[in-house]
Amino acid sequence: MDSIISAQNISFSYQGEDNQPNMVLHDLSIEIKKGEFVAVLGHNGSGKSTLAKHFNSILLPMSGVVYVVGLNTADESHLYDIRQNVGMVFQNPDNQIVATIVEEDVAFALENMGVPPAEIRQRVDEALKSVGMYEHRLHAPHQLSGGQKQRVAIAGIIAMRPQCIVLDEPTAMLDPKGRREVMKTIRRLNHDYGITVVLITHYMDEAAQCDRVVVVDSGAILLDDIPSRVFSHVEQLKSVGLDVPQATELIYELRKNGYDLPDDIITEEGCIEALAKLLEGAHVNY
Amino acid sequence: MLKDITIGQYFPGNSVIHRMDPRMKIILTFVYIVMLFMASNMVSLLVGILFLVVIYAISRIPPKMILKSLKPVVPIVIFTAVLNMFFVEGDPLWKWWIITITKQGVMTAVLMSLRIVCLIAGTSLLTYTTSPIALTDGIERLLSPLKKIKMPVHEVAMMMTIALRFIPTLIEETDKIMSAQKARGADMESGGLVQRAKALVPILIPLFVSAFRRADELALAMECRCYRGGEGRTRMKQLRLQYFDFTSAFVVLVFLAGVIALNHITPALLPFLVI
Repeated sequence: MDSIISAQNISFSYQGEDNQPNMVLHDLSIEIKKGEFVAVLGHNGSGKSTLAKHFNSILLPMSGVVYVVGLNTADESHLYDIRQNVGMVFQNPDNQIVATIVEEDVAFALENMGVPPAEIRQRVDEALKSVGMYEHRLHAPHQLSGGQKQRVAIAGIIAMRPQCIVLDEPTAMLDPKGRREVMKTIRRLNHDYGITVVLITHYMDEAAQCDRVVVVDSGAILLDDIPSRVFSHVEQLKSVGLDVPQATELIYELRKNGYDLPDDIITEEGCIEALAKLLEGAHVNY
Repeated sequence: MLKDITIGQYFPGNSVIHRMDPRMKIILTFVYIVMLFMASNMVSLLVGILFLVVIYAISRIPPKMILKSLKPVVPIVIFTAVLNMFFVEGDPLWKWWIITITKQGVMTAVLMSLRIVCLIAGTSLLTYTTSPIALTDGIERLLSPLKKIKMPVHEVAMMMTIALRFIPTLIEETDKIMSAQKARGADMESGGLVQRAKALVPILIPLFVSAFRRADELALAMECRCYRGGEGRTRMKQLRLQYFDFTSAFVVLVFLAGVIALNHITPALLPFLVI
C-alpha cells in the first residue's frame, strides 16, 4: 500500500512568551497509508493538533520534511494540490461554515478551485448525500444542530474529493447524539468511499473504533499500534494523562485482582463476552 | 429575546418578483428612485404610486409590511413636510404672526412626503423580495466591472456574506454571555444611560475576544478549502436574465416615459396642480 502522508523527522516549536522557543514536536516520524483509519491520541498540549496542521501545509516543519501524496509540503507551487488532497475538519463547526445556505457552503471549496458550475452542482449533491444531509441543503446553518453542522463541514471537504481527511477533534463540542452521528459518518466515508481518515481525538471510545492508534506525548510518538494492543498499556497511558476505554479499564482492574481475562479487550461487547465466559467458568468450578 | 431579530427583511415567497434576477431588481430599483425624483407634479407622481401598488400586488407582500417599513421614517416625513410648508414662498393661504403658509408650500410638502414614502416602500420591496445572499450576489456581479480599476469587489461581497452568516451566531453568543454575566450578578436593566452603557462592557469584551478567535479559525478553514481570493473562482449558481426580467425592464421604462410625459402635459391641462 502507498503512503498518503509521510512525515520524516519533523520538529516544530512556537515562540513562547519569554522568547524561549517552546518545542511542540520533537523529531517525529509517521507514515499514514492509503485507506487507513488512524486515531491520533494525546492529552491537551501533546502536539497532536500541531502535527495535524503539518499534514496539509498550514504549518511547515522547522526541520524534517512532510510528503503528502508524494509532494513536499514546503513546496508552495503544490500548495493547492496538497490542500485539495488532504482536507481538514476542525473542532468548532460554527467557525468553518462560510456561506448562509448549506449547499452554498459545500460548494465553497469547489468554487475556489474553479470547477465548472454544472460539475459543482453534481459534486455538492453527492457530498451532501454521502453525509446524509441532502434534505437539509437549503437550510441556514444556524437552523442545524451541532452534529448536523459538523456533517455539513465534512461534506464541504468531501466535495473536493480528497484522498484523505484530517479531523481535528471534530466531536469535542458536540452532544452524545451529535458525536454518534459524526463518528458514523466518518466510519462510512472510510469504509464505503475508501477515504483515508486521520482522527485527532481525546475520546478513547472513538480511538477504539479505528484501525490504528497513534499516541502522541510531548511532541513524540509514544505508541503506534492496533487499538487493542495500544490500550493494553494501561499504566503507560495513565502516566501521560490519558484514559483507556471503560471496558478496558474494568478488565484491567479485574486482572490486577487476579481474575483470568484476556488483555486485549477494548469494546463493551468484548468485555461482556469475556465476563460471561469467566462467570460460566465460575459456575462450573463451584 | 435576541433571537427574534431577523436578518434583513426578506419575506419569503414565490412570486415572479421574488424569482427575478437580483441584478435586474437592483437596477430597476434605482430607475424607480430616479423616476420618483423626476416626477415634478402630483399627476406624474401618481404614476409612480400606481406602479408601486401594482408591484406590491404582484409580489403578494402584505400591505401591513409597507406600514412596518414606513414606521421609522415617519419623523423624517413630518419634518420635511413642516419645513416645506412654512418655508416655501408663494401665494399666502394663511397667516399668523410671522408664520405664513402658502399654496406652493402645502403642495411641495405633500409632494415631498409622498416621494419619501414611495422611496422607502420601493426600496423595501427590493429587500422584501430578495434574500440577503441573492442581494450580495447581485451587488457583486453588478460591481464586477470595477475590478478592472482594482476595486476589491469580490472581497467586499465575501465580507458581506460572512457578516450575514455570523449575525445569528454572534447573537446567540451575546445571549449566552449576557446570561453568564447575569448569573455573576451583573445588572443590566437598571440605572441611567451611563450606567447601562457601562454594564455593556462586560458583554462586549468577551464578545470581541471570541469574534477574533472565530475569525482566526474561519480564515484557517477557508485556507484549507483552497480559498485564494476572487481570481479564477467559479460559482455554482449562475445568474441568468430571464424573459420576465426584460419584460419588467420594459414596463419600468414605460412608466418612466409616462412620468416624463406627464411632467410636460400636466402644466397645460391642469395648471392648478403645478407648483
